[in-house]
Amino acid sequence: MLRRYSVHMFLALLGFVLVYLAYNELVNLYILSILMFMGVNIILSASLNLVNGYMGEFSCGHAGFMCVGAYVSSMLGVLLFAKDKVFGLPLLSPEFALYAFPVLIFAGGVAAAFAGLLVAIPSYKTRGDYLAIITIAANYIIISGIENISYIGGSRGFMGMKRLIRSMEDVVDLPWMLIWVFLFTIFSIWILRRYLSSTFGKGVSAICQDEVAAEIMSVNTNKIKTITFMLSSGLAGIAGGLFAYILGYVNPGSFNILKSTEVLVMVYLGGMGSLSGSVLSAIFFTVLLEVLRPLQIIKWVVIPLLLIILMQFRPEGIMGNRELGDIFPWLKRFYRFK
Amino acid sequence: MTQLHVQEKSVPVLEIENLSQRFGGLTAIANFNIALGENDLTGLIGPNGAGKTTVFNLVSGFYQPSEGEIRIGGTPIAKLKPHQVTAMGVARTFQNIRLWSDMTVLDNIRVAQHYRLGYGFFHSILRSKTYQQREAEITKEANNLLEVFDLIRYRDEFPGNLPYGTQRKLEIARALSVHPKLLLLDEPAAGLNSNDIQDLIRLIRWIHNTFDVSIWMIEHHMDVMMELCNHIKVIDFGETIAEGSPEEIRKHPAVISAYLGDDTL
Repeated sequence: MLRRYSVHMFLALLGFVLVYLAYNELVNLYILSILMFMGVNIILSASLNLVNGYMGEFSCGHAGFMCVGAYVSSMLGVLLFAKDKVFGLPLLSPEFALYAFPVLIFAGGVAAAFAGLLVAIPSYKTRGDYLAIITIAANYIIISGIENISYIGGSRGFMGMKRLIRSMEDVVDLPWMLIWVFLFTIFSIWILRRYLSSTFGKGVSAICQDEVAAEIMSVNTNKIKTITFMLSSGLAGIAGGLFAYILGYVNPGSFNILKSTEVLVMVYLGGMGSLSGSVLSAIFFTVLLEVLRPLQIIKWVVIPLLLIILMQFRPEGIMGNRELGDIFPWLKRFYRFK
Repeated sequence: MTQLHVQEKSVPVLEIENLSQRFGGLTAIANFNIALGENDLTGLIGPNGAGKTTVFNLVSGFYQPSEGEIRIGGTPIAKLKPHQVTAMGVARTFQNIRLWSDMTVLDNIRVAQHYRLGYGFFHSILRSKTYQQREAEITKEANNLLEVFDLIRYRDEFPGNLPYGTQRKLEIARALSVHPKLLLLDEPAAGLNSNDIQDLIRLIRWIHNTFDVSIWMIEHHMDVMMELCNHIKVIDFGETIAEGSPEEIRKHPAVISAYLGDDTL
């Protein structure tokens, strides 16, 4: 009983505490936004780990898919629920925004998943370094594409999402963004865990370890690659949508290759092929970025330096390819690890 | 009625007709023909670079033949992907062992049942009835297979920790988990010591007697071939130079000159 529901209870408690703190304004908005970016970063690093860690490909265009998700969900949201100078009056009453919000985020995820085909289809024939170049190209195509559509603001960006958040809070006065980020983070980890622990999803590891053997032992490698890339970019799209609504503003510049690199750092920091590693390193990295904020631009000297040190002394990352349960066996008393 | 039955029986598991494979200007395989019946145990030998593995790669769908046709149980496999060919009942092992090294022994066997999982992405996310039922069946089958192969005690080990001979055995067990009609063994005795080779001979004979499968193997150890095969085909530079029973092959002048070189220079 305890083993079965321990994680559910823990998450429910965590969620409750977070919402309680935010609702009673016991933490300030700055801390709150860091907590939300933590969630976004967890989704990003876990979803990139699916491709880079579990499947053994090297994708460095993750921010591109995030961008697709961010734009699609924010444009759809503003079009439907907020008054805006691009789209004019909302098509639906803003009160529905609260109920439709998950749908908006999912729409961004689905759009990003289809953008993932941009990488998935070339991956049938290419892999390794060559595919890495394709992912960079995909990142650039998406960013430059959006920069050149002046209707949605071009490189100046797109805004108006704050109105949606306010109309959600008008309906029920709760810190809605925090709640949504929390729920979507859990959703992402949940979906990845279930996928990867099924025999179907273990085809991903089979491809990573020996693609020829995978194909010859009846794994439909092209299908698995398509699903995996689409799932990974779809989750990046969800993270992008949340990111856009947290900021209330998006511009293509924030999804450039530097952002992709940031996600890569989180994946390698946490350990390839370890979901708990990705979660931990996303939390750690978000905090680190904030702690180093006083250094301003020097920050981008210190963080890459940390990466060099990490690669020298612990190339497998914090967790290696192990999960929490392998490192702390006592946790098994509370939870059945798959 | 009886006649129909006989006819069904007589469709060969594998038929290769006029198969040729060229890589650029190099003819790797020329005019290769063979028909394997149910429960045959056939050998394919030849000096290094003769094109033996190329034949296996063609049969398992890795290459598309330049000419000729390959049929599995009467169905041509042209344009099929390797995983589709495997699903038709062709399993193989490799010269250098190709197990998934970071997956447990059990998972190695489970993942090889991929083509008949019977569920997809959404089932695996939602953990549907189908998913649970199929996962249980797959695990049960994998356990059974490990049991009969006497590998069950390594169930949760990683393949890299097993002795070389056991890894070979596991690779053969994994190949059998796809329920093959045709099992291709590419140099199963490579890298084994003489003790392991005796075990391997026993293992292959046992598989041949137990499972309903036609075995076709490449091997350099002639004693293995002599002991096991009832028919051997010899190729050199892609051309068939001899075929027949092991005894005939042993004495065949073309085989001797291919292996030992021609002394009529």
